[in-house]
Amino acid sequence: MSTNTFLLEARGVSVSFGGLRALHDVHLQLNRNEVVGVIGPNGAGKTTLFNAICGLVTPDSGTFSFGGKEQAWPRTDELAGLGIARTLQGVGLFPDLTVLENVMIGAQRFAQTGLISASLGRNTRDEKELAERSMSALERVYAGALANRRANTLSYPDTKRVAIARALVSEPDVLMLDEPAGGLGPQDIEWMNGLIRNLTAKMSVLIVEHHMDVVMSVCDRLYVLNFGEVISSGTADVVRKDPAVIAAYLGTQV
Amino acid sequence: MIQFINTILIGFTSGAIYALMAMAIVLVWRSTRVINFAQAGLALASAYIGYQVVQSISNYWVALIIAMFAGAALSALIEIAFMRLLLKHTSSGPIASVAPIIATLGLLGIIKAGIAMIWGGQYVVVKPPLSNTGFSIGTHTLVFSPMKLAIVISVASLVLVFSLIFQKTNIGLALRASAFAPEIARLAGVKVDLVRTLGWALSGAAGAVAGLLLTSNGNGSFSPESMEFSLLLISGFIAAVIGGLESLVGAVIGGLVLGLVTSFVLMYISGSLFFIAPFVVLLIVLFIRPQGIIGVKVGRRA
Repeated sequence: MSTNTFLLEARGVSVSFGGLRALHDVHLQLNRNEVVGVIGPNGAGKTTLFNAICGLVTPDSGTFSFGGKEQAWPRTDELAGLGIARTLQGVGLFPDLTVLENVMIGAQRFAQTGLISASLGRNTRDEKELAERSMSALERVYAGALANRRANTLSYPDTKRVAIARALVSEPDVLMLDEPAGGLGPQDIEWMNGLIRNLTAKMSVLIVEHHMDVVMSVCDRLYVLNFGEVISSGTADVVRKDPAVIAAYLGTQV
Repeated sequence: MIQFINTILIGFTSGAIYALMAMAIVLVWRSTRVINFAQAGLALASAYIGYQVVQSISNYWVALIIAMFAGAALSALIEIAFMRLLLKHTSSGPIASVAPIIATLGLLGIIKAGIAMIWGGQYVVVKPPLSNTGFSIGTHTLVFSPMKLAIVISVASLVLVFSLIFQKTNIGLALRASAFAPEIARLAGVKVDLVRTLGWALSGAAGAVAGLLLTSNGNGSFSPESMEFSLLLISGFIAAVIGGLESLVGAVIGGLVLGLVTSFVLMYISGSLFFIAPFVVLLIVLFIRPQGIIGVKVGRRA
């Protein structure tokens, strides 16, 4: 692969809801093993950009490339197969399932048996393998001990760990984290930063985040959105000094 | 004493059939959040398909299995060709929760009319394959017959297979997840549309077996207008609600409770209460435990 091909690239993305312009002509590029942050004030369109990449909203215009190949915007259920995994702001665990089952849901792309033969019960080996993969994903986020708990009995920081394990178990090339530090205390944020840095050995990470501490310390590059447009991009140092960014944050020190 | 035993055995047998119907209703509810009234039509159509097979190869058990697959196929077809489009067009607004249910009532009418067109409106008979004469204990003759025993065994095996699918397989996991939060399941790579179709197919299979076994619990005769099938739908629905509407185990427990209670009312109070008893059971359960016997008292979160 030549050096100027990006792992993931979205060009000229525009999204509108009714008459409201949520994103306008947004470009986003992600290299292999890179951590890229998308920041911006509330309502700037950060999550909408994530949703467009995930097929949860349909862009009015824009192109999508993955692995250097331009292709149609993926459907939501195609993402995992493509190698993209995402966590949600609201965590999104299935409360009635156990932690292990929650993670196994994320491992569907490794299920060998088809739906029909699976429903006839021909998948014992499959099950075992998925469970093992899920267990090691849980151990990676130090949540192995939680495997048999029901998801609705977990503490908030633990649900975040499990949500990340569910994303990791599909062994993605791109991990999309929607506010990974949201609602966490300083200690858990420190832990999350460490985890994200470790992950870059194997994958690229795309982060939407309010917490400047997280973004500034772990991201190689940043995109700053305001009113649906990219107003600045570059390394943390470049972005921090950009007058447009300072203005967007109403003069607060970023 | 013998009457007491008989009451339990009769209640257990009809309860088993209700349980199967309740499972069918729960499977559709879980996969698409629709109460499927067309289930009665599917069970009836499957019974007619069973009748057709018995006519040509005269083996009841093969017919039961073919009817089961036919029921699954019909139900899946309804989901793909009809419900999927309908749910897409009514995805929001107050109509969204009502339209699909009304639509299944319409489907019920269409299926019944279709059956009458193919097989005519008169009664047909699928002779129960085993004797309906009760077993004897000493000088006493029980109401429980070889046929009833076969019904209970058939239902028990199907319940066992379904529970294994639901609890132990990957597809069961996908079914449980998609029901709760389809978007999150999609993000995790679950083919939610396919899983929904499979939910309907499993439901159709359960309903089909319930339909044919229902006829064999009696003298084997039925017509498109048979009261038994409407009652089966109502009983199955009530059993599903008693069981909390979300759980297969709940559906089975709900079916058995309903079967036993109606049997006792019938034997010990009055036969004329037959139609009222299920509803009284439903109201009592809803008053005491609105979430159902198995139901969990939590709201759905996104």
